[in-house]
Amino acid sequence: MASPRRFPAEATGLANRVFAFIDRGRSRLGHARSLGSGQRERRPPPLQARHGRTEKLRARHRVARRFIVGGVTVPASAPDVIRRLAASLPAGRVLADAAPLAAYESDGLTAFQAKPLAIAMPETQAEAIAIVRFCHAEQLPFVARGSGTSLSGGSLPFAGGIVIALNRLNKILRVDPAQRLAVVEPGVINLAVTAAAQPHGLHYAPDPSSQSICTIGGNVAFNAGGAHCLKYGMTSNHVLGLKAVLATGEVVEFGGASREQIGPDWTGLFVGNEGLFGIALEITLQLLPRAEMFHTVLAGYRTLEEAGEAVSAVIASGLLPGAIEIMDALALEAATAAVHADYPPGCEAVLIVELEGPREVVAADRARLDHILAASRPVEVRPARDAAERLAIWKGRKSAFSAVGRLSPDFIVQDGVVPRRRLGEALRKIAAWSRESGVRCANVFHAGDGNLHPLILYDGREPGALERAEKLAGKILRLCIEMGGSITGEHGVGMEKRDYLPEMFNAEEMACLKRLRAAFDPHGIANPGKMFPVEGAPALAQHGLHPLEKAGVISRE
Amino acid sequence: MSLPLTPTSPQELADAVRSAPRVIVVGAGTKPRLARVADDFVRIATTRLRGIVEYEPSEFTFTALAGTPLREIAAALASQGQYLPFDPMLAEAGATLGGTVAAGLSGPGRFRFGGLRDFILGVRFVDGEGRLLRLGGKVVKNAAGFDVPKFFVGGLGRFGALAELTFKVFPRPAALRTLRLDAADDAAQLKILTAAAGARWECDALDTALDEPAVLARIGGPAAALDALCAEILARFPGAILADGEASSHWRRATEFLWAHDGGSLAKFAITPAQVPEFSAWARRRPGGRGWISAGGNVGYVAAESGAALADAPWPGVMLRGTGPLWIGPQRAPAIIAAVKHALDPHGRFPSLND
Repeated sequence: MASPRRFPAEATGLANRVFAFIDRGRSRLGHARSLGSGQRERRPPPLQARHGRTEKLRARHRVARRFIVGGVTVPASAPDVIRRLAASLPAGRVLADAAPLAAYESDGLTAFQAKPLAIAMPETQAEAIAIVRFCHAEQLPFVARGSGTSLSGGSLPFAGGIVIALNRLNKILRVDPAQRLAVVEPGVINLAVTAAAQPHGLHYAPDPSSQSICTIGGNVAFNAGGAHCLKYGMTSNHVLGLKAVLATGEVVEFGGASREQIGPDWTGLFVGNEGLFGIALEITLQLLPRAEMFHTVLAGYRTLEEAGEAVSAVIASGLLPGAIEIMDALALEAATAAVHADYPPGCEAVLIVELEGPREVVAADRARLDHILAASRPVEVRPARDAAERLAIWKGRKSAFSAVGRLSPDFIVQDGVVPRRRLGEALRKIAAWSRESGVRCANVFHAGDGNLHPLILYDGREPGALERAEKLAGKILRLCIEMGGSITGEHGVGMEKRDYLPEMFNAEEMACLKRLRAAFDPHGIANPGKMFPVEGAPALAQHGLHPLEKAGVISRE
Repeated sequence: MSLPLTPTSPQELADAVRSAPRVIVVGAGTKPRLARVADDFVRIATTRLRGIVEYEPSEFTFTALAGTPLREIAAALASQGQYLPFDPMLAEAGATLGGTVAAGLSGPGRFRFGGLRDFILGVRFVDGEGRLLRLGGKVVKNAAGFDVPKFFVGGLGRFGALAELTFKVFPRPAALRTLRLDAADDAAQLKILTAAAGARWECDALDTALDEPAVLARIGGPAAALDALCAEILARFPGAILADGEASSHWRRATEFLWAHDGGSLAKFAITPAQVPEFSAWARRRPGGRGWISAGGNVGYVAAESGAALADAPWPGVMLRGTGPLWIGPQRAPAIIAAVKHALDPHGRFPSLND
């Protein structure tokens, strides 16, 4: 039997965060099932073999389990409402000690921190429903949380409320290869769905860069994207149905196993609600046949404009690549430093294009793509010759954000969208503003979608640096709005961009969104403070990499 | 019933909505059961609310007024080598973009890349208070605010009056081939549907008509690739490649409901591929029953002499034409439906889902 232990008082801070993070990500590391009297059984998950660090993490994980999961009691100093919540649930479901609370005070947007009253960790759907109903009855704010990888501060706790950590609801309930679907609980890790589908020649299309650790529940709440959205769409295009507990405590089922539906698209409305409507408990995902063949090519260009023109030429040709990505010089520098990515020398930009499909289709499309790229005056074109080279290209791309952490102690990640044809203009403006203000800015983006990810670098220790970085960030967001785009392509509004939403939508439109929110959550208890501006907003504390990001375990889109 | 109002702009649509306590918006009337409501509803027709407002081929997006006929949109897209991959239904019959969104109808092509809901990006609509609002976006990727545009798909105009819609489009494949694959019975059809859906070929569409012992498969891509793929499909499932004319007449049968009765009832059902045999058998037992299975066995249509014969189906469905109940199959009435209706249309200016 695992002996319950508390965090030593001096062990708070970074180490605890890492432990807690690992514990929260444990469905990736090993499924733990309660066998009674505190004993747990581990069985190896399918993903283990993929991660070289697994053994090290498991070793930490075992330690973390004892600290956090082994039945920490709610201290007598906890507020009355928390003690009542704990009393209404089986032991060990509510954590209210200082250490676990500290572990949950931030998410992927480390600039914000808030300490919740308690962490509730339901182990069954019924417990999750009971917790939400308790919150509704008590008007107790709650923030649902998966792995806490939100880049918009979407899972930041609400001081005075609780966090509902859904990592223990991590069962893949059903994989139906004939009908190409999977039914999962919210705590299932994104990549675990594809791992479960793989033996059947299927995959789950949405692939955010954090896919090795982010959960489907979080993906659904924030309509996560990835590098393949142009052809396959976002999370909402792959959710066929869901069962959810709304903030009113009502349990609803939207959609179902059919790819078609009857009546209004409630599923579509729910996906991307940013946790403001309630919590998805069971999600039906469509699976797609895994493409037979991929052709991934990396092309280096002397200027960003030339890379942008190549994108326009690919689009105009009528090809529909699975992904079209661009990285600029600073991003290339970072990826080279971080994962030893190798890029053609003397390039200000690198373009990545990926074709996929049946081999005959890829062969024909490839010939056209070669022709288009050859005509686009590249410094060098490097097609991936095998799966390993393809993975290396993607590793460089997907690590770019965390890699920027090597160039600067702090940075802000943005997610604006502009019409594709105005990408060049947007990038020129961003570069000019960056020069004027002396704030460095790296660019990595989903060029096919017009989805920019400017990374604004600064040093939080330098007085005024954060303010200058935020000023540039604000200018970029407004540029996206002026160009007819969006303030967010895939990260969501969350905490980070809530003050900009009213610049995208007028007062009546904002009021309409708020009325919809109130229909699902009349008390405003579900993820309060996100998406909509709030008076007296908390100040930015600090930027920086997430501990696991520093360790290279996770990366951002 | 008086003549319908015919606004010519989104602002006039808002005025029209405000002009009466109870209104219903109608398009070309190709799915008449969806708009059959009590006589005290003032009808607003989108006949003159038409035209493509913006079309940027390089952006893969267009914006059009709700009353724009689908065939006008298809023609504009085709001129730039683009299309809506879900094969919009009833385009030849005159269906409008707005009516198609409200009805939530997608054609055989929804099989590969998804249906209408997967291509809608933004909406301008008039709420029950007469406010003209724009939600969603005009770019191919956008996660700002709730996804209200999707919610309007299949909502029958019960939550707002559609004024203008923005869609994502795709480049049209260089070539298409349609194969007719022999299937002696329902079990054989299911086998082909399942196998083809999971195969490496990446079919665009997989449909089957109840009165034909076959599965229709369509595949798109560069012409050079299609011959080899078709040969492999035919080696596995005997059948034939259809000549272009024959192929389009088969797909027209699906998208224009040419297989259905002229005057009877017609309903759409959401089913799963595994339910296809049971669904087919049930459809055949209806008096005068005819049917069509679309999107790889995820959509079933049944036509019968009267809607009453379709009312006892165990699958969720909606009656598009003829008599009978609007909604078929298991009904759920969670409180959230009423709450969202109240949020968008507090005074019930538009019909309720059950009207």
